Amino acid sequence: MKLEFELETYKSEIKPTWCPGCGDYAVLNALQHALTELQLEPWNVLIVSGIGCSSNLPHFLSTYGFHAIHGRAVAVAEGARLANPDLHVIVTGGDGDGYGIGIGHFIHAMRRNLDLTYIVMNNEIYGLTTGQASPTSEMGMKTKSTPIVGVIENPIDPIALALSTGATYVARAFSGDVKQMSELVAKGIEHHGFSLIDAMSPCVTYNKINTYEFFRKRVYDLNKEGHDPTDLKAAFMKALEWPVMQRDRIPLGLFYRNDKMPTYEDLEPAYKRGNPVKQRLGVDDADALLAEFL
Amino acid sequence: MPTPEIVFRIGGAAGDGVSSTAESFAKMCSRSGLHVWTYSSYQSVIRGGHVWTQVRGSSDPLLSHGTVPNVLVCLNQQTMDVHQGDVPEGGAIVFDSDVVKADPAKVHPGARLLGIPLRKLAQTITPNALVRNTVALGAAVRLCDIDFRHLESAFKDMWGDKKPEVAQENIRAAKLGAEAVETAGGSLKLGLRVTDEPRYLMTGNEAVALGALAAGVRFHAQYPMTPASSILHWLAAHGPQHGVVVKQVEDELAAMNMAVGAGHAGVRSMVATSGGGFSLMVEAIGQAGMTETPLVAVLVQRGGPSTGLPTKTEQGDLNLALGAGQGDWPRGILAPRHTKECFDLTAQAFNLAEVYQTPILVMSDLYLGEGFRTVDKLDFNVPIVRGMIAADGGAGEGAYKRYRYTDSGVSPRVLPGTKGYQYIAATDEHMESGHLISDILAGLPEFVEERKRMHEKRMRKLEGMRKDMPPPELWGSPNADLTLIHWGSTWGPAHEAILHIEEQEGIHVNSLEFPTLFPFHADETLRILKGVKTTLSIEGNYTGQFARLLRAETGYKPTFSFPKYDGEPFSWREIAAKILEVVA
Repeated sequence: MKLEFELETYKSEIKPTWCPGCGDYAVLNALQHALTELQLEPWNVLIVSGIGCSSNLPHFLSTYGFHAIHGRAVAVAEGARLANPDLHVIVTGGDGDGYGIGIGHFIHAMRRNLDLTYIVMNNEIYGLTTGQASPTSEMGMKTKSTPIVGVIENPIDPIALALSTGATYVARAFSGDVKQMSELVAKGIEHHGFSLIDAMSPCVTYNKINTYEFFRKRVYDLNKEGHDPTDLKAAFMKALEWPVMQRDRIPLGLFYRNDKMPTYEDLEPAYKRGNPVKQRLGVDDADALLAEFL
Repeated sequence: MPTPEIVFRIGGAAGDGVSSTAESFAKMCSRSGLHVWTYSSYQSVIRGGHVWTQVRGSSDPLLSHGTVPNVLVCLNQQTMDVHQGDVPEGGAIVFDSDVVKADPAKVHPGARLLGIPLRKLAQTITPNALVRNTVALGAAVRLCDIDFRHLESAFKDMWGDKKPEVAQENIRAAKLGAEAVETAGGSLKLGLRVTDEPRYLMTGNEAVALGALAAGVRFHAQYPMTPASSILHWLAAHGPQHGVVVKQVEDELAAMNMAVGAGHAGVRSMVATSGGGFSLMVEAIGQAGMTETPLVAVLVQRGGPSTGLPTKTEQGDLNLALGAGQGDWPRGILAPRHTKECFDLTAQAFNLAEVYQTPILVMSDLYLGEGFRTVDKLDFNVPIVRGMIAADGGAGEGAYKRYRYTDSGVSPRVLPGTKGYQYIAATDEHMESGHLISDILAGLPEFVEERKRMHEKRMRKLEGMRKDMPPPELWGSPNADLTLIHWGSTWGPAHEAILHIEEQEGIHVNSLEFPTLFPFHADETLRILKGVKTTLSIEGNYTGQFARLLRAETGYKPTFSFPKYDGEPFSWREIAAKILEVVA
């Protein structure tokens, strides 16, 4: 059967500028496959990113895009989504962008359960600024900004953070498995509510510890080991496995999914008047509005 | 013979209900057909401290909150101590005779001391301690000969159908206050010319919110901050039923970035804040300039620097607004002078933002934003001009370039969701298509030129904006000895001072004022300045931020300057005194 939108139709004329071997190619590939699988009309998709190597991603797609400032992609996406709830809004960026400078917006967007899909290309390092520690860098990791004793702060556990903050779809993927990643992304886009896909995307230039090899030795599919993604308590236990409790086994897959929580859009009273971007402007009952000032 | 007026001042501690009592009094005045102007002096505290509000009412249009109170209500001793000497002959001081003592040595002998057991009288009706304010209000209403019907209707509006017994209790309490005045000499016989034609009474912040609604705002994001919060409150209460998404957000970074996202998606989008919050918005407003995203930012100034004077007024954020964001980007800055202009210029700001696809700032301050003033009926039929949208025929499908080079610098935009026009907006420097030149192209000869052209395209928008934004105005006598130069809320006290000086001293003074602060109307300003003799620049900040802008844009340095940075608004009396000083 011929698809209306082939994989190629989601690609732009711009070729990625990432280093050869960068994990972000796999994320781009997975996202293109997910869009193809869902057959989303490219003009009804808005991809918002921040700043960093990974945040260049929207340039390589044929959808609408907004390449925002560092750390604010989620907030820009929230505004766009609230203004036009008919758009599929997907946020892409890195761990520095989302878990560092932008973590406040990340947390509050999850708390709102806005219907956004957030794909974080997590390489545990700052790449575009040439190799400083990131909020997910491991303890002890030596970088340009931690050259003497290495990182002396605990890494963020984005999965546990998302679970505790109200995200209703929480998954981890790995650039070494595009098929699984594309499925997790597609389901995340379909999900009615905030979805986080923490995509482990190795930096081949600046992170010599968390390499493809590092992950391949440790990852496993938690859904194949009987994890029930509707069980929040079990999801928390799985979330804490890595990086909090140990570093020998790293769970991938869907940690948690809750389809029963209302989204922010479900509860927003302004939508009784329809999609804001499609409304006629002007006020019909000015006299009634002014009456309270008499 | 000056027009009779009432200047009502009530003071107490925070939590005593000072501002709500003053608001009720203001409403009774406006319902009596009087023009009203209020000013609240309050502090950053929920309970305690010293707060007072002044309500001025007159059958003539007003220009400031006035100076000398003819009715002073003291809810506590501190109010008496601080204000008792301000009441002139023919005025009255109402106070709770059980807890407050006047000092006869400090009170004008011609002022009437009206000690009334406010609390005790209230307690004969209800245990609610705040009802003592109602007793005082009843006394004030009687002193000013305001029709008791307006007081009754105000209470019925306030408690309405939900708590009719509370409305009745308050009406009874007010009658006790009125009776107490009756037995102690009756009204002050101020001779106020009251009518049955009510006037509209609102704050500048409410006028901003109404202007936004009239112009079709559909997204508003704000973090609470004095003195801008009442914009959020009004829109949160009234916006959603008109289709406006009103979002209280986690911080001003989110407010501005969400507004950028919403503006990009295609709705009329707004934020409001004060200087501290605007400081947090600075990076993101530059993002809107770079991505050519329309939005309106309302900046209600308060005393700075830093947390500064949260409940006091200042005009100290002009440099911040002029310089917000790294690099150059085209911005417009409007500064309403009075309540009606808060409505008009906010509505106009949305047109400018969308026509020029860039942020427009509306700068007011605490004095204008929070003060209640009467206005003529606002006309909601404001023009709505949305600018060029490509899908309406601005560009052919397939060939669409979001940032196409044009003479005006404005490129037809499309809204996400439009088939066949997909593009990317980027905060990095970009080409006409929106794709980056910053990563692998910057510095190549062709793209050195490209960057230059794109930057010039954006900045060219300032030329059109300047033509579309309200020019400076010279108000008053054409051949004056002195010209006042000011902006924003100084308008009222400056005009009142000029009228007073002309009438009392026969000195002709006029005023040069600037509803647009940027892009600056240098040619128009120079043309006006050619015809003036000496000038006095009046500004609510230390360094003369506007005077510096004026000098940078025109080379003109005002002859005299009158800076004020004590947190209080300019009073017409101090401006008048300064005028006399400099013309002497």
